[in-house]
Amino acid sequence: MWDYSETVKEHFFNPRNAGEVVEANATGDVGSISCGDALRLQLKVNAETEVIEDAGFQTFGCGSAIASSSALTEIIKGKTLDDALKVTNQDIADYLEGLPPEKMHCSVMGREALQAAIADYRGEEWKDGHEEGELICKCFAIDAVMIEDTIRANDLSSVEDVTNYTKAGGGCSSCHEGIEEILTKVLAEKGIEFDPEAAPKPQVAPFEEPTSDTPQVAASGLTSFQRIKKIEEVIEKVRPALQADRGDIELIDVDGNKIMVHLVGACAGCQMAGMTLGGIQQQLMEELGEFIHLVPVQKKAVHAVAGA
Amino acid sequence: MTDGIYLDNNATTQVDPEIVTEMLPYFTEQYGNPSSMHQFGNKVGHAIKKARGQVQDLLGAEHDSEIVFTSCGTESDSTAILSALKAYPKRKEIITTTIEHPAVLELCKHLEKEGYTVHFLEVDGKGRLDLNAYQALLSPNVAVVSVMWANNETGTLFPVAEMAVMAREANVLFHTDAVQAVGKVPIDLKNSKIDMLSLSGHKLHAPKGIGVLYLKRGTRFRPLLRGGHQERGRRAGTENAASIVGLGMACELAMEHMAYENIEVKALRDRLQEGILDAVPSCFVTGDADNRLPNTLNIAFEYVEGEAILMLLNKDGIACSSGSACTSGSLEPSHVMRAMDIPFTAAHGTIRFSLSRYNTPAEIEKVIEVIPGIMTKLRKLSPYWGDDGPKVDPGAAFAPAYS
Repeated sequence: MWDYSETVKEHFFNPRNAGEVVEANATGDVGSISCGDALRLQLKVNAETEVIEDAGFQTFGCGSAIASSSALTEIIKGKTLDDALKVTNQDIADYLEGLPPEKMHCSVMGREALQAAIADYRGEEWKDGHEEGELICKCFAIDAVMIEDTIRANDLSSVEDVTNYTKAGGGCSSCHEGIEEILTKVLAEKGIEFDPEAAPKPQVAPFEEPTSDTPQVAASGLTSFQRIKKIEEVIEKVRPALQADRGDIELIDVDGNKIMVHLVGACAGCQMAGMTLGGIQQQLMEELGEFIHLVPVQKKAVHAVAGA
Repeated sequence: MTDGIYLDNNATTQVDPEIVTEMLPYFTEQYGNPSSMHQFGNKVGHAIKKARGQVQDLLGAEHDSEIVFTSCGTESDSTAILSALKAYPKRKEIITTTIEHPAVLELCKHLEKEGYTVHFLEVDGKGRLDLNAYQALLSPNVAVVSVMWANNETGTLFPVAEMAVMAREANVLFHTDAVQAVGKVPIDLKNSKIDMLSLSGHKLHAPKGIGVLYLKRGTRFRPLLRGGHQERGRRAGTENAASIVGLGMACELAMEHMAYENIEVKALRDRLQEGILDAVPSCFVTGDADNRLPNTLNIAFEYVEGEAILMLLNKDGIACSSGSACTSGSLEPSHVMRAMDIPFTAAHGTIRFSLSRYNTPAEIEKVIEVIPGIMTKLRKLSPYWGDDGPKVDPGAAFAPAYS
């Protein structure tokens, strides 16, 4: 049985706004019946104010799909369309006090239904840019499509590479066989045979395990203050791009070569999160001239880190 | 959990309290290593011998030395298939079915990657095999046939006795994963051509972590685990004595209850089926209803999703399983349902009820009472469902944006 939060269970057992909406003037149908999750979201939008006066859903899906639909309708009722569009899948997951990694797609489906419904209202065509593959790395919720794309885009050839770029395989290691299979397949497209002993791509700076004698400033030659300022600058620089996709990143803490960040909004739980992190990590390493590890932390973990 | 209704006995079973009592001395009193010469070991050795005989009786095996204790059904399956490949190195083909348990299916898919040719026999809409297609595949290139006795999801029985005869005539080894069948249907291996059979203790009220590989005398064999001389060198590793004793007892009890299982438990299952089909519209039994395990009922509830059903059942204290994708975190519903060509709108809503001799008529009536309300509640939420039935042409009424 999944480890659902009490709020997920509560919204599943007593869903809000279930059923069709009388006088609905916007409908968004998303999902995939083969995966077993599909959602119809209906809105009644005030033509003058663009305020969502009523929202209702019909969902074919599991407990978390129904709970996510219920949460979504509660969140968006009373909002204007523009404000509703700012609602992210993470907002839905947060509202439900979290979802298991395998179930984050339920919140993504909620957000997509919202986009589709609003596009329907505005007479626009909504296109789904969403391609979901088999979940390979359960520790970091990275799927096969993302691993394949990252291997192609960066000419990766080893499991270590894939872990460095996507985080997939960086946890319990149980997916290494799966990653090797993907590498074998993608490399074969270029006529290359996968070599399990291939060396990973060189990092920007050689990795130095910080020891108690190693001063933290040594690697970059900066003082702690300068270093953190620099990290902040890089983070600030990437934020607009993330915000454009209705996401955001927040610097939480710096501990040696580990830089803890919290991905917010559309970034969190997004299948692209690993790729985004990889890019930011690369920029940070270039700016600082040292090896660092960008670690995404969850809200709960954030408190733990902050409280520590 | 004493106040729940447990209808998930194909997943695992309660250990019979009588069995627990029988096992207990082998933890703290009779803890010797059966291989040892002293009195501590000697008694354990005798207890294991007795258990071997009890398993032999349930399987109708000719010799007790044909029983090899393993750690689980999966180990027995792997041992059997890999042994056949090692024993017949020139044979590079395997025959199995599309609806095997992952213990066989995933191993075979892995062997495919290693260069073996695996023939996956397909099933029809009721989960039945085409024996002509099977016959056509049997050849001197085949190292082993591995076909389950009963399907874990639908309970559908395969004609393994007949298939074993066909394999023997073609001079091919025959293995059956009988994890779901042992203890539920009579088995008489001495009069069969089955060379190898896997069983798992925890499916018949013995503890988890104990299994058996039956190995017909004369079958070419290569062990999976090498080391000590335990199990005559066919499965090295110190014996799980307490669990072996428990499994022996479980086999004896299963023999005693064989008629009860096939009359009383079957009657409860049939009552459950009838009760649900009468009360709930748009649902149907999957698999071969006329030829299945006496304890298993699999119903597809259309236009609703299985995990949601399970959560609502669980709220009423009822434990079952589902073939939906969501319950396993995968992207596809059960491979068994897909193999039978059950549409997605029904496959995701399949629920397996698997009974045991501990279930009571009152429990079954309670389930029949609860199910219709659950379906009404979930169908009210379903985009495929209208006011009092499925929408006309549900596929057109709701066609979501990506699939």
